[in-house]
Amino acid sequence: MSDQKPREVLLAPIFANNPIALQILGICSALAITTKMSTTVTMCIAVIFVLTFSNFFVSLIRNIIPSNIRIIVQMTIITALVILVDQVLQAFAFQLSRELSVFVGLIITNCIVMGRAEAFAMQNPPLISAVDGFGNALGYSVVLLIVGFFRELFGSGSVFGVQIMPLSTEGGWYVANGLMLLPPSAFFLIAGFIWILRTFRVEQVETEEFEIGPNTRVSPAF
Amino acid sequence: MKDKNSIANTIKVATGVCLVAAVIVSTAAVTLRPHQEENRNAFRQLNVLQAAGMYEPGMDVGSAFERIERRFIEFSSGEYVELDSSFDPIRAARDPARSRTLDEDPAGIGRQARYGEVFLARNADGELTRVIFPVHGYGLWSTMYGFIALEPDLNTIAGISFFEHGETPGLGGEIENPSWQDNWIGTRLRNEQDELVFRVDRGRTPEGVPDADYRIDGLSGATITANGVQAMVRFWFGEQGYAPYLRRLSQQTNNDEVLI
Repeated sequence: MSDQKPREVLLAPIFANNPIALQILGICSALAITTKMSTTVTMCIAVIFVLTFSNFFVSLIRNIIPSNIRIIVQMTIITALVILVDQVLQAFAFQLSRELSVFVGLIITNCIVMGRAEAFAMQNPPLISAVDGFGNALGYSVVLLIVGFFRELFGSGSVFGVQIMPLSTEGGWYVANGLMLLPPSAFFLIAGFIWILRTFRVEQVETEEFEIGPNTRVSPAF
Repeated sequence: MKDKNSIANTIKVATGVCLVAAVIVSTAAVTLRPHQEENRNAFRQLNVLQAAGMYEPGMDVGSAFERIERRFIEFSSGEYVELDSSFDPIRAARDPARSRTLDEDPAGIGRQARYGEVFLARNADGELTRVIFPVHGYGLWSTMYGFIALEPDLNTIAGISFFEHGETPGLGGEIENPSWQDNWIGTRLRNEQDELVFRVDRGRTPEGVPDADYRIDGLSGATITANGVQAMVRFWFGEQGYAPYLRRLSQQTNNDEVLI
């Protein structure tokens, strides 16, 4: 564990070990805030900040954290960082923070953040932990940006609020796909992302936990 | 580092982490508060403009708001009073010296400040075009804060906006939906007999009912929120709310017309 290459730690979570695609973590926020690119990008930046620093600080004090209260100590650090982000957003990006509503606060419960603190930062030195946090947040962001891009493009015909396909409601030719603005569409897009990813990286395909047996035939005795 | 799992160390680490976190969070909250207040204020102004139907996306809210006059009134007498511009009726409602407990409290707000604020919008000739009133009331599980704008006849609703609420997104949260808010426009509060008959229907207002002018469509799946909205409107435009002020204002405008 101790001699991990920063490059690998940084890049592995993007495709090889993506927290959303492989570990299926952090789905909740991925569904909620990806209807528009502007909110998606804000969320990505917030998670990158929180995850990098939470990993760094947890790792910094990992040798003195008593194991029986370690989860609460991690939570306290994460919560403080999230509140910091929330306050900054309210001060400098008020409209965006209103659109993100509770989901900034819900970064606290994002499994990726807790997961990395517990799985990586508790066993590794601060700098490499920060890199790991940054990398995982990037992996999360990649998925979010892809989902957000397609949802906004097909749901509203725009990207970053710039109209690409003129909507039929405003005299254009594109009939907006309302489903794209609803949470289930993010499921479809994430599933599509996982499918494509696993086509190229066959090793990510999980082995079947059980096999369905062949159909039973009615025995001649009956 | 003798034993990191000792009770002494546990308490030490817990206290230390909490202290550091508390300092960071409170520093951020205190230093950023002026910015946040400014944003909230601007957002309120935007909602006043929205209720009045004067808002266009991308406009400069601050300069548009300069055309709107903010006045303070006393609820019981309906007269204008001079107060410091920092007066906030919501905050004043929590101060026993400046508010009263409501005996009759259909809107579920508990306490009401003795003074309130109104916004008067005028056109270039100085004629009154809109009067905008802040309102709030309890829905299903949150207090809804909004603005209602009236036409110069002081009876016809010109628009509504909600700027803060915690109703269920997709159900009660639909009070924010612009297409629902559009169906408020032109609805009247009082009938010819001067009775406050405004109501929020359950479901759609049936076609061709005689009092359709005083009714707006309900929100399906959000009956309690809709009831809360109805109670809120009736409270704020009733005798405990803006009714005394509205009477005075209409007398005043009638007198003005006589003078002209």
